[in-house]
Amino acid sequence: MDIQLTEEQEMLRDSIQRLLRDQYDFDARRKIVATEDGWSRKRWTAFAELGLLAAPFGERAGGLGGGLLASMIVMQEFGRRLVVEPFLETVVLAGGLIEEVGSQAQHEEYLPDIMAGEAIWALAWAEGRSRYDFHKVATTARRRGDSYVLNGAKAAVIGAPWADKLIISARTSGEPRDRSGVSLFIVDSHSVNLHLQSFKTIDGRRAAEITLKEVQVPASALLGKEGEAVASLEACRDRAIAGLCAEAIGAMAELNSATLEYSRTRKQFGVPLGTFQVLQHRMVDMFIALEESISLTQHLNLALAANEPQGSKLASGAKAKIGYAARFVGEQAVQLHGGMGMSDELNVGHYLKRILAINIQFGDPAYHLMRFAGAN
Amino acid sequence: MELSLSKEDTAFRDEVRAFVAKNYPPEMRVPNPETDLTKEQSLLWHRILYKKGWVAPLWPKEYGGPGWSITQRFVFEQETSRAGTLPPLAFGVTMVGPVIYTFGSEAQKKQFLPRILSGEDWWCQGYSEPGSGSDLASVRSRAVHDGDHYIVNGHKTWTTLAQHADWIFCLVRTDPAAKAQAGISFLLIDMKTPGVTVRPIITIDGSHEVNDVFLEDVRVPVANLIGEENKGWTYAKFLLGNERTSMASIGRSTRYLNRLKQIVKAEIPEDDPALGEFIRDIARVELDVLALEATELRFIAQMSRGIDPGPAASLFKIRGTEIFQCITDLTHRAIGNYGLALREHPASANIFMPGPEYSQTASEKYLNSRKLSIYGGSNEIQRNIIAKAVLGL
Repeated sequence: MDIQLTEEQEMLRDSIQRLLRDQYDFDARRKIVATEDGWSRKRWTAFAELGLLAAPFGERAGGLGGGLLASMIVMQEFGRRLVVEPFLETVVLAGGLIEEVGSQAQHEEYLPDIMAGEAIWALAWAEGRSRYDFHKVATTARRRGDSYVLNGAKAAVIGAPWADKLIISARTSGEPRDRSGVSLFIVDSHSVNLHLQSFKTIDGRRAAEITLKEVQVPASALLGKEGEAVASLEACRDRAIAGLCAEAIGAMAELNSATLEYSRTRKQFGVPLGTFQVLQHRMVDMFIALEESISLTQHLNLALAANEPQGSKLASGAKAKIGYAARFVGEQAVQLHGGMGMSDELNVGHYLKRILAINIQFGDPAYHLMRFAGAN
Repeated sequence: MELSLSKEDTAFRDEVRAFVAKNYPPEMRVPNPETDLTKEQSLLWHRILYKKGWVAPLWPKEYGGPGWSITQRFVFEQETSRAGTLPPLAFGVTMVGPVIYTFGSEAQKKQFLPRILSGEDWWCQGYSEPGSGSDLASVRSRAVHDGDHYIVNGHKTWTTLAQHADWIFCLVRTDPAAKAQAGISFLLIDMKTPGVTVRPIITIDGSHEVNDVFLEDVRVPVANLIGEENKGWTYAKFLLGNERTSMASIGRSTRYLNRLKQIVKAEIPEDDPALGEFIRDIARVELDVLALEATELRFIAQMSRGIDPGPAASLFKIRGTEIFQCITDLTHRAIGNYGLALREHPASANIFMPGPEYSQTASEKYLNSRKLSIYGGSNEIQRNIIAKAVLGL
């Protein structure tokens, strides 16, 4: 099995590569990360103009109908260039949830802005005590007349400081650890009584802790069926994992080629580093790690696109396997670059940091290993 | 694990323990002492130890050492590191000090040793150069005779805490015609000399620990040459031997391991399948620590009987650093989503960090500890040393 890209998909990939080559080299990325906001609206607009933000959505919703494979192509290229803009958060997570479980009215109200690059979204599901489980929700949403009132706190919400809209999981019934009774709400990020505390993430993005005190939203803010958010979030996570794995293989490919190049040119004891057998074998293992990860990523994306029943289990398997592989590649790339690998000036450490964040997002490799084994 | 201590050594251990408990400055207990303290703050403990006569356990009595036995030195190291104290800066006390009293002139001993002990002079290490890495003998910085001075030109890098330093000890090439190891000299250079410039290197954890040091037409008195010209490699190797044996860092690993256990207890509920993973991984590391500590004790016992472990000491560097990397990795994983946050530097800026207090340095510790398997001779090089010098391969 090797995905043969269609002509359209090839064009999509080429156009992203061209855009990123022109506007997103490592130096440009560094400048974007160092700005007050930490992301570039100009680049986001360019992504929209290129059609990237509309690519995965179905034609019925006004998208280009590229589906998961379009996301995979985008994320892989974004992984190569360490793009910080919230494609995953806005398009894959929020856009995906709205498209999958939103009402016709919600489609019409929100999807066009997402595809046009006019709205940034973030998904707030984690809480201080939730670790990686969607059902461990203590935040509450009480029905009051024609509205819901939200109270509680959400943790480490990636992209929240940039977001216009948030999707927040909150409990409409049951106990804090019940699987049922969790619902999703679309909340304006500037709502009264919604408070953000922003911080920088390990991979140069922005995230926030969110507190909600008597935040009132209309009943129409409910996204999907009341009390059934856990299943929606799990399906959303599968799609997110497919994207994150693609991003990871983009990063791994760059690390491997940088390490290989370095080992050919850098001399120690009068000979290139690459002549040392112990380092050759290390790089062979890095190569194998990447090849396996590419295969699993393709396998997962095809399975999810075809709605295969084992898709969700496979997503966890891929998250675990690729997580371990990417981490190995990241750590060894730093090690083989020696002191240079520790320097903030070189891109290698930044790839390792992105890989670390990928591993935490939606559950670390150990969590997904256990889920793959059927333990949770 | 404890050495079976004599009555005197037990009394000594109790004395050290009580002294540390009573005198370690509370203002030095910050989240990350290596990066968060000012120069003055990080010297507080150094000065207290100096007053007590304990700042240089390795040094012979005649130069101001405490005259301890090997066992006492080990006990002191164990007690101070278990208590989580920041040891006096190694570059002066552990590294250049012994080089000066072993190979230096009387004048050099008089000039430098007392100021190393008192903490008046802060030293940094000018070994690494761009392109040299673990191959130190490839040093390219040049020193050329000019009357009673050398004119030094070159570029040193990864120089730890050079931003605070008064002096730098440098490997420089004095005979460009000689083979790699020959033709190197060991020079002491005043950082205030015209032509010395320090440029910060920010590392992937966001901290400023290391620097580039540029040397441009720096005039260094010939009197600052250690030992003989072109014999610097001998002194450099002597110094590196001291560096490697101190890298087992059992005390530090034990402390971080205990902290990790508390974090896992606080973060991961009983019914979480991940708990089993952590328990198993922690047990494995605990055994690694136990085995390395037992090895250290065995080597200490041999050294007390006059047996030199020689190049086998490289195993302490290899395992000590791998163990600590493993602990920082597990700690970063244990804190879940809060591992996404990375503290911004300088820490004094008090920028908002999410999550419980114990989670706040986990990301930077993990990232910073990646350096351990690279510096001081990479772990690959240490394995080569054992393969060649111990196994005879």
